[in-house]
Amino acid sequence: MNPGIDLQGTFIESLQGFGLPAGAAKAIWMPLPMLIVLVGSTVAVLIAVWMERKVSAAAQQRIGPEYIGPLGILAPLADGLKLVFKEDIIPAKADKWLFTFGPMIVVIPVFLSFLIVPFGENLLISDVGMGVFLWIALSSVVPIGLLMSGYASNNKYSLLGGLRATAQSLAYEIPLALAVMAIAMMSNSLSTVDIVQHQSGYGLLGWNVWRQPFGFVIFFIAALAECERTPFDLPEAEEELVAGYQTEYSGMKFALFYLGSYVNLTLSALLVSILYLGGWEAPIPVGLISSTFNISDTTPWLQVITGAIGILMTLLKTYALVFFIVLIRWTIPRVRIDQLLNLGWKFLLPVALANLLATAGLKLTFPAFFGG
Amino acid sequence: MNLAEGVQIVSFGILAAAVLISALGVVLLKNVVYSAFLLGGSFISMAGLYFLLNADFVAAAQVLVYVGAINVLILFAIMLVNKQEEYAVVKGAGVRQVATGLVCLGLFALLGTMVVSTPWAISSATPAGDSSIVTIGIHFFTDFLLPFELVSVLLLIALVGAIVLARREFVPENLSASGEDEALMLPERQREMVSSRDDN
Repeated sequence: MNPGIDLQGTFIESLQGFGLPAGAAKAIWMPLPMLIVLVGSTVAVLIAVWMERKVSAAAQQRIGPEYIGPLGILAPLADGLKLVFKEDIIPAKADKWLFTFGPMIVVIPVFLSFLIVPFGENLLISDVGMGVFLWIALSSVVPIGLLMSGYASNNKYSLLGGLRATAQSLAYEIPLALAVMAIAMMSNSLSTVDIVQHQSGYGLLGWNVWRQPFGFVIFFIAALAECERTPFDLPEAEEELVAGYQTEYSGMKFALFYLGSYVNLTLSALLVSILYLGGWEAPIPVGLISSTFNISDTTPWLQVITGAIGILMTLLKTYALVFFIVLIRWTIPRVRIDQLLNLGWKFLLPVALANLLATAGLKLTFPAFFGG
Repeated sequence: MNLAEGVQIVSFGILAAAVLISALGVVLLKNVVYSAFLLGGSFISMAGLYFLLNADFVAAAQVLVYVGAINVLILFAIMLVNKQEEYAVVKGAGVRQVATGLVCLGLFALLGTMVVSTPWAISSATPAGDSSIVTIGIHFFTDFLLPFELVSVLLLIALVGAIVLARREFVPENLSASGEDEALMLPERQREMVSSRDDN
């Protein structure tokens, strides 16, 4: 295992070269990765929104956004600017404080979860030992924000939307956590870096999706439900609930919900690709190619290329999944609330439990394939 | 004092203040919904304190269980009931509140003196940090195996009990004149007689 590119060490050393004390150099370094991830996730949202518009247009045989930038690529930016300049209305009978805090509580945990998303072996904010567990814990806070905004809006549709969102995420959190647990059991770790490294070495064949096909399907369905994407977008089912908990929101507060839902979408796609599709691993491992050409792992240019391929691969898998999710939205009808809850509690939960049991059994029987 | 220590002290101050203020809010505010939300804030600040103590698994579990499950359920229950009730002023409320305050202060003083006077055996071992899950897991399946299994049985009992309470089977006892089971009928206003004939 080579240490790879140590950006932090190099940065701090070079600042110390300018005569700064070590503490100050570290303090300057610390906000940088967070800032990069914040900006990166916002850009990822813009791309996801653009994809949603283009793919939906293609599904309906329209052209979609075309004139705002090349291929309409600036359309989401225009959306964002419009929302920033819109009037921020708080309904007269609404609860002012809860109405303001609701969107924040929805958005903050989602952004915090990017803490554990790795784009390469050393390219993440922090390799927390908790890893995926931290993500599950953080995503369980989101329903509180939804309930808060639903209640504070003082509107029947909002309240119903908030309650539906909560019921939905309570129901699907458990199969999601059980699917993750099966992965953690195979990788002997909850850390996202360890999970990806456990899938590395055999390229396409080593990915967890082959070892956990049921877990993959369960996780994907549960993640769709957690993101409130069709066919599980009941909290904002427009024919029944106007826009659910977002009904009374406008301007920047609505923009926060919008941003939050798309960040959550990209985050879920990222986590599916990390947990099941090998994360930053290319279908043909880079290490294999470099060793056939007799290039050492510690060659600086090779490390830069490996890092770049890692980021590229993660994003490629993520956006392939986002594309699939958007396609689902424009092809599959919405389920009813009772069907949704039945699917969660009576089908996914038992299947996830059986999957966990089967994984434990297979791990004991074939430790070579299922992680000893 | 280096950077890390400074950050620790400042965040301890902020978290402690958040715990205290939100906990006081839970008790003192009149609106039940505010109390429930502040309870969540108090739980999250507690999780932050656990993070400061290098117990990140406990912190994440605190957020998942207390905020993500218990507090959400409390809020869910409050909002499903959604009863805007004006509480009648109780006679002699002032005396009662003073008495409650005294009891609470006494309890606080008792616990405070206990905390201060007990000689705590503070371990000098380095905190487990990231490997804390492994340590906890080993303890669960060796020396704490019996309590762990007993707790799981307890949770199973609670689960079965909740299902039994929620799925009450109505035994048909009193049948109405038309032979329908009254327990299964929803209390409904008698509808006016409308002609069912199709006029077209």
